[in-house]
Amino acid sequence: MRAEPMTGLASSVDPPGGVQVVIDSDMLAVRDGLQALFACSLLATLPDEVRGTAEIVLAEALNNVVEHAYASYPGKITVQLRPCDTGLRFGISDTGLPMPGSEPPKGDLREPSGFDDLPEGGFGWFLIRTLSHDLSYRREGGRNCLDFCISVDNPPLA
Amino acid sequence: MKLESERQGEIIVIRAMDDRIDAAGAIQFKERMRDIIEAPSQRVVLDMSNVGFLDSSGLGAVVAVMKALGPIRRLELSGLTPTVEKVFRLTRMDSVFIIHKTLPEGLRHAG
Repeated sequence: MRAEPMTGLASSVDPPGGVQVVIDSDMLAVRDGLQALFACSLLATLPDEVRGTAEIVLAEALNNVVEHAYASYPGKITVQLRPCDTGLRFGISDTGLPMPGSEPPKGDLREPSGFDDLPEGGFGWFLIRTLSHDLSYRREGGRNCLDFCISVDNPPLA
Repeated sequence: MKLESERQGEIIVIRAMDDRIDAAGAIQFKERMRDIIEAPSQRVVLDMSNVGFLDSSGLGAVVAVMKALGPIRRLELSGLTPTVEKVFRLTRMDSVFIIHKTLPEGLRHAG
């Protein structure tokens, strides 16, 4: 598969057989970046259900980078996407603050004690961990690197 | 974040016109919803049939609006698209809201 250059974004070198998009660390840029990513053929050709799942996981992961890693200074977020045995493998990296404890949050759902206690947040990592597999995080040369896979029934050829 | 609202008897029907409620629009969504629900009514129905995508910030905003309504005037949701429905179901928030498949009979011409 030929690498697809992304237009309209600060994209850099495309990895072979995959797609790379670079996104600024703000929520509107994340929205535009998702739109650009989901227009690429690797994602555009997926069944709607898988596309929806991929967008949920990716949006949560990117929002977390903007909210937490880049909480005190701005930066760039690099998203790489390539086919793998089970579907699609995503890699997200940034030069923001490391994750506390050097590991991603467990993302357990909190059991509310009543109406006023209903959670208005804290769903992000739960959704990421529920909808992805083979998730890994490492800190490498001042960068956060998060990788995960999204299953596709008939994965594109790796 | 565009919301259209219409009063039909004792019900305020609000239609979300944007195709996503995400982290970039969640605060605005919350503020506009709060303005609309200031008006008293027995029921508030949010028609989400245009919304194809909702992230956890969007979900948090919908929960916040429901809490702002208080425990008696519950927020009812209608027309959840598949990805939005999945977020509600996985986070078990589908048990907290009254969810209609489509707008309740008699409210269909809203918006």
